[in-house]
Amino acid sequence: MLKTFRLGGVHPHDYKLSRDAAIRIFDIPASVTIPLGQHIGAPATATVQKGDKVRVGDVIGTASGFVSANIHASVSGTVTAVDSVPDGANLRKPAVTIAVEGDEWNPEIDRTDTLVKECTLEPKEIVARIAAAGVVGLGGATFPTQVKLSVPQGKVAEMLIINGVECEPYLTADYRLMMERGEEVLVGCEILMRALGVEQCYIGIENNKPEAIKHLNDILSTGSYHKGIHVVPLKMRYPQGGEKQLIAAIAGREVPSGALPIDVGAVVQNVGTTYAVYQAVQKRRPIVDRVVTVTGKKLAEPSNLLVRIGTPVSALIEACGGLPEDTGKVINGGPMMGRAMANIDAPVTKGTSGVLLMPANESVRGRERACISCAKCVEACPMGLEPFLISKLARQGLYDRLERERTADCIECGCCAFTCPSYLPLLDYVRIGKAETLKIIRARQAK
Amino acid sequence: MSNRIVAPSPHLHGDLSTPRIMRDVVIALIPAFAFSVFVYGWSAVWLTGIAIASCMLFEWLIGRFLLRRDCTLGDWSAVVTGTLLAFNLPATISPGLIVLGALVAIGIGKMSFGGLGRNPFNPALVGRVFLLISFPTQMTSAAFIPETGAVADAFSGATPLAFIKEALKAGRPVAEFMPNIDLGGMLLGLKDGSMGEIGAAALLIGGLYLLIRRVITWRIPVFVLGTIFVFASVLWLANPVLYINPLFHIFAGGAVLGAVFMATDYVTSPMSKAGQAVYAIGIGIITVLIRVWGAYPEGISFAILIMNAAVPLIDMYMKPSRFGDRNPKKTK
Amino acid sequence: MNETLIYTIAILVGLGLAAAVILYFVAQKFKVYEDPRIDETEAKLPGANCGGCGFPGCRGMAEALVKSDDISALYCPVGGAATMKSVAEYLGKAVAEKEPAVAVVRCGGTYGCRPRINTFNGARSCLVEASLYGGETGCTFGCLGNGDCTRACNFDAIHMNPETGLPEVDEERCTACGACVKACPKQIIELRKKGVKGRRVCVYCVNKDKGAVTRKACSAGCIGCGKCVKTCPFEAIALENNLAYIDPEKCRLCRKCVAVCPTGAIAAVNFPTPAPKPEPAAAAQETTIAQQEGGEQHA
Repeated sequence: MLKTFRLGGVHPHDYKLSRDAAIRIFDIPASVTIPLGQHIGAPATATVQKGDKVRVGDVIGTASGFVSANIHASVSGTVTAVDSVPDGANLRKPAVTIAVEGDEWNPEIDRTDTLVKECTLEPKEIVARIAAAGVVGLGGATFPTQVKLSVPQGKVAEMLIINGVECEPYLTADYRLMMERGEEVLVGCEILMRALGVEQCYIGIENNKPEAIKHLNDILSTGSYHKGIHVVPLKMRYPQGGEKQLIAAIAGREVPSGALPIDVGAVVQNVGTTYAVYQAVQKRRPIVDRVVTVTGKKLAEPSNLLVRIGTPVSALIEACGGLPEDTGKVINGGPMMGRAMANIDAPVTKGTSGVLLMPANESVRGRERACISCAKCVEACPMGLEPFLISKLARQGLYDRLERERTADCIECGCCAFTCPSYLPLLDYVRIGKAETLKIIRARQAK
Repeated sequence: MSNRIVAPSPHLHGDLSTPRIMRDVVIALIPAFAFSVFVYGWSAVWLTGIAIASCMLFEWLIGRFLLRRDCTLGDWSAVVTGTLLAFNLPATISPGLIVLGALVAIGIGKMSFGGLGRNPFNPALVGRVFLLISFPTQMTSAAFIPETGAVADAFSGATPLAFIKEALKAGRPVAEFMPNIDLGGMLLGLKDGSMGEIGAAALLIGGLYLLIRRVITWRIPVFVLGTIFVFASVLWLANPVLYINPLFHIFAGGAVLGAVFMATDYVTSPMSKAGQAVYAIGIGIITVLIRVWGAYPEGISFAILIMNAAVPLIDMYMKPSRFGDRNPKKTK
Repeated sequence: MNETLIYTIAILVGLGLAAAVILYFVAQKFKVYEDPRIDETEAKLPGANCGGCGFPGCRGMAEALVKSDDISALYCPVGGAATMKSVAEYLGKAVAEKEPAVAVVRCGGTYGCRPRINTFNGARSCLVEASLYGGETGCTFGCLGNGDCTRACNFDAIHMNPETGLPEVDEERCTACGACVKACPKQIIELRKKGVKGRRVCVYCVNKDKGAVTRKACSAGCIGCGKCVKTCPFEAIALENNLAYIDPEKCRLCRKCVAVCPTGAIAAVNFPTPAPKPEPAAAAQETTIAQQEGGEQHA
């Protein structure tokens, strides 16, 4: 009996079109635009000015607060602007634009592919290196990694959970990393275990990726890695890659309402993040590139590309066969939680796990009908909420009643809207309700 | 690219839709319908057709001229209401009464509350109960018409439940009134009753189809029938002479039709799993109470309507199991 | 028969008396003193319960009016000066004099001048659309056109115009309660002084982008060229973040700014005659100069 989480969930078809496409290194574009806010929290403060020369890996923005992250130049060249640039949502955000000249790297960075297994650094130093490298959660949430690794006083981390679930349909970036950089990922696990001082590490992988499970188990069976690392096959079910769902599936512990994973002794890191941690600690290589899945049913060449941060998304699509004629939506991320892009010239950021092209006929929502109280959304909600009710209250503006319905627990996974037979925009309104509820809670805490 | 589409996530949708669900309910009713044609002949086709047509007509008329909104026939719910209404009526009923029942079911039961999704009571049952109270003779003379000749008319003239009622009223053993209870025959549908409720086996096949298609969950039907069985067993074990075999209660009357098709109506059933259990147990208990001590021989229609009324209250207090509330490991 | 009748009447009368006595004592015991002036004041208020005053309904406003000594900060936008005056007279307190106001939709980006560059397919709500992205047009400040304001209005005073995709205020019905102002996630709607006979001059744009960006997104947007600021004889216009704003307190309705605005973002409403225009040739020339200036300033 494979493990999985207790409540709700849905089973979208997984469409892993690019599963067998090996990671391809994408050419450096002529110019890149690197946003200063690529993570949750305060945007970084720019440390370069127009006209400055930068090398790959140089810091161009420093973290401006506890929850923030450093930003590095992903190319070498001249800064042409520090200005606000439209992002994928067409909203103007501060960014550094660099015109590329050659490919000169910061000499501190070890660019070789040799595997460095040994790590004898103190936990503090590991966290410092991770923070310096600007590592954030690369699964899409982009939460600064060093914050997650700083266990608050009075709390104890008991286990590290590595998220190799990739439950979003279409996306294969994490899968390819596990297949091609398995050793590095495992060294990353060891480093993270050392930083947290834990003896147990579980790598959760869904059973639609049997090759990845086998591959990592094969490496582990050589015995050259920490004995506490285990691969845990999971039953395929969305949203298993959600942090709280993954802990529930692997450890059987449910994070209480309003609490954090560390409250049940778990720290969760994504596979991509673990690989970035390896690079940051062993090679002193900051995040200057990431693996992006470019996919779509009509796309000529679904691929997994290793892309420099700041490359325009439209360039990736060109490299995979061009934008198909009847593209309706271009999605930054997966189809369940990704954001539809209004501007496809927006740059790839640390959180861009995939670029998905949806054909026009699949892009338009079905006709909305009356709610028939079928309770499918209640059945599907992995947090045990009542989306129909929250959505109705938020639509009517009755925000003061939302907190009692545990609206703040919503993880915005989209299971409710996915399953609704009346095609109601449940999550659209739940999201509004959640934002308002969080405002109410914050206002009360501020008092 | 002016036709680029932007929308909040999720960008995928499952294959469920309201019309598909309603169509599945209609498909699931086909075996029972075929059986009722087998027993009652062409009149079943004719009467069911009238019920469906009049339900659709009233929904269209009210939607078009009173509520002034787009046609809602496309969601197939009027077809479901019409079929279920016909299934709850005796085969001898006059077409005029069916039209009247359809008017009450759609007009009062559904559209007066604002249409599909807002009705507190199951529309088909509103129609049936209205007819049952207003025209008791026509509604209870469920004469068995053995057109096929294949059916033994063991208790023609009145339904099995009516026999039991007579026995209970007289306070004499059931065996005196109904010497041969053929449970196997009842399962197959060799009993008197409304058009759709006679073939328990055919109805269960339909229920299985709904389960496979994930239209309904097992919870409500199992809890309704289970409660009837348990409650009736208690009575039977206490006094096997006066009270009848619990299996009889399950196969007799509209228990299966009610449990599988009427109590599971989305709109009028609770949202949470615990709430559905409470609702279903309530239906089971009230059904047996009415059958044994009430004035009517059959009680599931009333039981469902009574529990329908309790649904808003159940929804308010019976919340689903929340993530994080059940935790094997105590943290702190 | 007679006896039955007598008993019935006697019992009923007795029950009634007993209940009356009990209720009397209960009422005495649980009596809460309430200033009778609150009721009187509430009766003078319009009774719309719109919340435009900042209190939950007219009752809340009436209580506040009676209880506070200084009521100059309180104002009923629906009843306006007449209502406030009658309340002030009744309570013997001084009341703020406010000129009647009206909701003004400060966006002139009609379908014609603001091309759609994508299609929004989410829930028909401005709040949802605004929380997702910049909107269907290149302008990320302008009206989204999903009609949250029309749904917020209690007085049926604001409607979407399907021709332009913008909401229009029915000035006769608008009570300036401010519900639409709160409902608009883009903060486009402003309560402005209604003016004599409804005559007003206003910048119908809230775009803070640089001139070149604005111009690309919308032909009716304020490009922040500053011509109006220079032209205004009363220093009523301020330019901030590439956006001109006319202070209704200082504006004397000369309409010179309307004439010089190169994009037509400034408009005058409810005037019997069209705004005084400079010489046609000069106007055209000035427009081009303004464009160049705007372009150069912010390139």
